[in-house]
Amino acid sequence: MKVRFTPVGLLTGSIVLLCFSFVLAKPNHKVAASVGGQITGTVKLDRIAPKAKPIDMSKEPSCAQIHASKPATMESVVVGTRGGLANVFLYLSEGYTGNDAAPSQPATIEQRGCVYLPHVVAVNVGQKLVITNNDQTSHNIHPMPKPGGGNPEWNKSQLSGAAPIEVNYTGEEVAVPVKCNVHPWMRAFIAVVKGPHAVTDDTGAFKLDNVPPGTYTLTAWQETYGVQTSKVIVAPGKSANVDFTFKAK
Amino acid sequence: MGTTPAAVHHAPPQGFLRKYVFSVDHKVIGIQYTTLSLVAAFVGMVLSWAMRVHLAWPNAKIPLLSLLSPNGAPGGLMTPEYYLSLMTMHGTIMAFFVLTAAPMAGYGNFMLPIQVGAADMAFPRLNMASFWVTLVGFVLACATFVIPDGPPLSGWTAYPPLSAVGSVAGPGQGWGQNLWGLSIAFFCVASLLGALNFIVTTLELRTKGMTLSRLPISTWAWFINAWVSLLAFAVLLPTCLLLVLDRLGGTSFFIPAGLVFNEQVQPHAGGSPLLFQHLFWFFGHPEVYIIILPAFGIVSHILPTFIRKPLVGGWKVVTFAMAAVGTLSFVVWGHHMFVSGMSPYMAMVFSVPTLFITIPSVIAVLIWVFSLYRSNLRFQTPLLFSLGFLSLFITGGIGGFFLAQPSTDSYLHATTFVVGHFHFTMGLSAIFATFAGFYYWFPKMFGRMLNERLGKLHFWLSFVGVYCVFMTMHLTGFAGAVRRYSAFVDDFMVPLIPTNRFISVAALLLGAAQFIFLFNAVWSRFKGPKADDNPWSATTLEWDTTSPPPFDNFGGRQMTVYHGPMEYDGEAGVMQTSPEASVAGT
Amino acid sequence: MSGKAFAVLVALITLVTAYCVIAHVWWMPVDISVHGPKIDSQLEETVFVAGTLFVAGQLVLAAFVFLYGSSRDKPKQIPGGAKPLVLFAFLLVGAEVLALSFIGSKAWGAVYFTAPDPGALPIDVQAGQFAYYFRYAGPDGKFGALHPALINEGSQNYFGLDPEHDPDSRDDIVTAELAIPVNKPILLTLHSKDVGHSFYVRELRVQQDFVPGLNLPIHFTATQTGRFEIVCTQLCGLGHYNMKAYLSVLSQADFDEWLKKQAAMQ
Repeated sequence: MKVRFTPVGLLTGSIVLLCFSFVLAKPNHKVAASVGGQITGTVKLDRIAPKAKPIDMSKEPSCAQIHASKPATMESVVVGTRGGLANVFLYLSEGYTGNDAAPSQPATIEQRGCVYLPHVVAVNVGQKLVITNNDQTSHNIHPMPKPGGGNPEWNKSQLSGAAPIEVNYTGEEVAVPVKCNVHPWMRAFIAVVKGPHAVTDDTGAFKLDNVPPGTYTLTAWQETYGVQTSKVIVAPGKSANVDFTFKAK
Repeated sequence: MGTTPAAVHHAPPQGFLRKYVFSVDHKVIGIQYTTLSLVAAFVGMVLSWAMRVHLAWPNAKIPLLSLLSPNGAPGGLMTPEYYLSLMTMHGTIMAFFVLTAAPMAGYGNFMLPIQVGAADMAFPRLNMASFWVTLVGFVLACATFVIPDGPPLSGWTAYPPLSAVGSVAGPGQGWGQNLWGLSIAFFCVASLLGALNFIVTTLELRTKGMTLSRLPISTWAWFINAWVSLLAFAVLLPTCLLLVLDRLGGTSFFIPAGLVFNEQVQPHAGGSPLLFQHLFWFFGHPEVYIIILPAFGIVSHILPTFIRKPLVGGWKVVTFAMAAVGTLSFVVWGHHMFVSGMSPYMAMVFSVPTLFITIPSVIAVLIWVFSLYRSNLRFQTPLLFSLGFLSLFITGGIGGFFLAQPSTDSYLHATTFVVGHFHFTMGLSAIFATFAGFYYWFPKMFGRMLNERLGKLHFWLSFVGVYCVFMTMHLTGFAGAVRRYSAFVDDFMVPLIPTNRFISVAALLLGAAQFIFLFNAVWSRFKGPKADDNPWSATTLEWDTTSPPPFDNFGGRQMTVYHGPMEYDGEAGVMQTSPEASVAGT
Repeated sequence: MSGKAFAVLVALITLVTAYCVIAHVWWMPVDISVHGPKIDSQLEETVFVAGTLFVAGQLVLAAFVFLYGSSRDKPKQIPGGAKPLVLFAFLLVGAEVLALSFIGSKAWGAVYFTAPDPGALPIDVQAGQFAYYFRYAGPDGKFGALHPALINEGSQNYFGLDPEHDPDSRDDIVTAELAIPVNKPILLTLHSKDVGHSFYVRELRVQQDFVPGLNLPIHFTATQTGRFEIVCTQLCGLGHYNMKAYLSVLSQADFDEWLKKQAAMQ
């Protein structure tokens, strides 16, 4: 049968082609900074923080020396001068559907002065985490993920000056506690999520960048006080503001 | 008592497999055990080199190690847990597969039937089973090196709860500990079967004229040792199984309630860690005598040949000393537990027999040393190693005085003093006696002579080396140097690092010297000068047959014994089978 | 030739060893405890007894090998045969053995057969992979109960105390260092959080294992101030080599001040 190029046929064809072009063109989630939004805010504690107990590191003289003038303290609750709660991890617990490749830049955690720096480290699923030992003593890194959560439990010694240990976490988990079997006071957390995230410093301030426009549940997690959530809508190129206040028990 | 040896149980074997692999011939089995021990000894020694290198140079990279275990030694740098794993397997392999196997199962299997005039052991098939079960045990022990969790790190003593709660206790406590338990359980079964064979053969298969009073002292030693083994291994076997049950079966024989690892309370209750210690050491102390009694027998057997006269007191005194030591060994185990939390009154109860067991040991040493008086020493390698044994055993025994008393032990327990002490008694004395036996019996077993010059060189280097390594450990022990440390970081341990470097260097040189022996053994096996029936002019039955002996040991001859094992007429030895009348000076 | 070389070598080894021991080239540190002198004198006594046997045994061996190494006379036995040797072993060694165990029991008894002083300062000691923690009863003189399920290293609740529900534990003072007043009787109660450990202070002449499931008491009095190491001597895992704490023996005044400071940090 002969195809006849009538005006109706041409119009239909153009419309069909146009539809196809919309279908075929995959939506691009790598939103340019100009399109993606931000979420900013502050996390506070509702009252003066409990006194931080100093850590007696006398069993490890090389580390005790480093903290001789100012003893290290446990970091389960760290509050800044204006009430800002540090080490709070924020991420999009619901609504994020992106499938970005993990950042090529690894996250790092170092052991220095027999403490983990930082106390809370965030990685994206598939992002490399590099662990270094900058102390004179040997450490023993023991992350303890949720059983059955997809992250393997391991326990490795890292001698002073040894090569960095590299790990890849594939299971989302907020957050994997890390301990050192040799130095019982050492504690850190590895939060593994997909998408934008942030960790507060002691001003309590945070900023999530590159958030695709949409509606999300933003979760704030703190190791002692648990989680708080908030619904947040992010407009393209705009910054949404959310504040959290944790209640001390 | 036997009148004629029992009819040969089996026809001569045909084919390579039946002759050299799955053989029921006690001579082949003896060689298999000896070869297994040689391999195990080199494995154990290499482990000790890795340990000593790490102790002396903690930042040293040992590339081969990272191949063996990327987790245990990433980049060749040994982790603390891997050090302890190597240490655990060093002790396990050496104590069981070398020291318990070679002088008893190795030489005993080859020589005992011949020395009593029999054609084979009483139960040849059981004998073959013993070897293969031992081999399975050894393979399981070696397997711990290749599994992901690696070997256990709880020491050869495997104290619970560390060894019993499983991998929550940390790296080195995964499946390796289970394999360890099974490996030792197999070894126990093999030892029990072997002990049965030794006992029945000695009692039932002695040839005409071989009364108990004419048995060579080495036979007596193996016989007494078999009784000790029977009772001791019978306790170790269930102990290992109970340990594995606690790990895999949810039981709590050795685990009390309320233990916390990684902030998790363990689901166990009602068990006692001290129970394990009692069970283990009830075996463990007799075990060290199981290791040394064959050495006593070998040296007692070899000395007369090289001093050309019987031992003072004949067979009776040394044999009664060995029997006394073997018996007393069962009532002293608590001296390993003086500071363990056991009742301090029990400490005294164990201390007294521990000090008294000195007496039969001293009797034996005096017999050997004073037999040298007015003798004609023939300085060939077997004698050198026997004399070395005497010096080493005296030293090792002396260390015992310090550890047998709870008051002094409370300072010396768990220091390198203990490590020096048990290496001298178990490791060095027994090994030197084993070497003496090797140099002595090699011609009989293989029909060729070992090279005498290499043998002497091996002796001198080893004798100096062992004193450098292990006497120094006694001395650092007086300073309180703690054992089983993978590194020296404590304030009082750091000044001992130079001494430890000395020990490590000496240990490596000592290890290198063993290659002289290995080369000698392998080369002579194939290229050594052919050996006569009786190259040492000795007197016992094994020297009254060809080198190596024929399939049925005596070529169908009816062996009749007329003399004891140590009769000498001037310098001439009187063969046990010689029909001439008995000579004075038995 | 071999004989003479062996004899000389054995004699040399014996003399070098004897020198190293007698000259205390490696030796115990200074003793700082009341019961220590008894243990030290027992050790010296044993060095004398065992050392004499060591030197005698090695030198007799060396002498015989030296003398009879090239002898080609008709071999003879020692006069009397085995009897004098057996007798010697029983009498001399038997006597030494009895002496050592009899006198030695006094040294042991000083530590273990005597009850602790009723006024001894009680301190609770917990060993766990791989650190020691110490607990003082506080002003109420009572130790709070321990709850293993409440142990939380992240919040420094090493002992598993329950101050919310247990008033006795509210004033317990938990420290990472063991400080004690000098010249005062001390009663330690040892318990383990997980596996076997041990408490070893060389200067105190004290060594006692921790056995999971048991509360083991040891008591002593320190006679000199100073800072000493407590190290673990019972293999407890990978951190065994690095498991230690410091013992501070202080004057009573310094101790009181230290305890106050520690209490303020709870």
